Amino acid sequence: MEYNGAAVVAMVGKNCVAIAADKRLGQQFTTVATDFKKIYSLTPRTYIGLGGLATDVNTLADLFRVKLNLYKLREGREIEPETFAHLLSSTLYEKRFGPYFVDPVVAGINKDGKPFICSTDLIGCINYAKDFVVSGTASSKLFGTCESLWEPDLGPEDLFETISQSLMNAFDRDAYSGWGAVVHVITPEGVTTRTLKTRMTWSGASPMYLGF
Amino acid sequence: MEFLIGITGKDFVLTITDTTQARGITVMKHDEIKSMSLNPHSLMLYSGESGDTVNFAEFIKRNVRLYGIRNNVELSPSAVASFVRGELAQALRSRHPYQVNMLLAGFDPVKDEPSLHWIDYLAASVSVPYASQGYGQYFTLSVLDRHHRPGMNVEEVKAVAKLCVDEMKRRFLVNFAGFTCHIVDKAGIREEKIDL
Repeated sequence: MEYNGAAVVAMVGKNCVAIAADKRLGQQFTTVATDFKKIYSLTPRTYIGLGGLATDVNTLADLFRVKLNLYKLREGREIEPETFAHLLSSTLYEKRFGPYFVDPVVAGINKDGKPFICSTDLIGCINYAKDFVVSGTASSKLFGTCESLWEPDLGPEDLFETISQSLMNAFDRDAYSGWGAVVHVITPEGVTTRTLKTRMTWSGASPMYLGF
Repeated sequence: MEFLIGITGKDFVLTITDTTQARGITVMKHDEIKSMSLNPHSLMLYSGESGDTVNFAEFIKRNVRLYGIRNNVELSPSAVASFVRGELAQALRSRHPYQVNMLLAGFDPVKDEPSLHWIDYLAASVSVPYASQGYGQYFTLSVLDRHHRPGMNVEEVKAVAKLCVDEMKRRFLVNFAGFTCHIVDKAGIREEKIDL
């Protein structure tokens, strides 16, 4: 789970949710790419963020594209985020004794306009939350920053600022993740996607301690 | 100890592979080819477990060729990358995973743009402007970070490639027997003479 590195977070706001991730792909301490995609849209209102082993991030993104296309054909509608959480859970538990090494985060808005977020572990145990969920190598730092910055009933713009600052300040203290970020803010009206230019270094010490 | 590198330019990709075939501490061959053309616009560079590399490359080559014959349309470089990744990922969770690291250099004649994909033996795939595999990464990525710019012409990219190879010669423990250079562009794949 530490081989490629990742920082993924999702947060609930007032009638909106946000999901954000860093963009680094590494091989341990070597940074291979700084535009690796970790967040995928499942429906126009539901997104999944995948931290963990990059090969399984790719594999599961491909797999869920297939599963959700078939779901749409069978049901004639898009999947609800709550339903997808269970699809995710069963997909992961199917590989109970040879799991995908991923740390998924789901964020979406359901048909009633209600925000939904959850995360699972690598074998599909669902963790529901009313505030925020975190994953990846920077998850321990994300808990700290989210706990400090998040507050209930943030509007889309305030939620964007909160999730961005939480993510950036967490991965600036994590050597395995960072190098830019992408943030999606989902509202009943639509999704705004922004990319963040961040510290483009191996991180660790903050600029203050380096004497800048 | 193998060395692969790929650099995209304005409308082409330049690749370099070393030609040393070694087993343990013994050098077996000085002119090994570590790349294979998959279709007229896709070149695969490979390194890793010696039996697996050629076997996997040939398997991919024949299937990509078969697709071209069946459909009268060649797979685009990104489609080739997707296919290679899928096969490698499937093999990863089988009894016989392939231990092959790859760079896929291609030119998409429809989109009219070059493409370079980095794929490791775990089947993690990413599209990149420049990349290298193996120990070469430790010496060449920093050189490429400093000197690569988008939209470079052939002479400029050759100069950057030379800087990378010079760095390898200067700082890497192992001496390479030689290098081969390829260019993939609109016209297809060709071996390029380069003074390294």
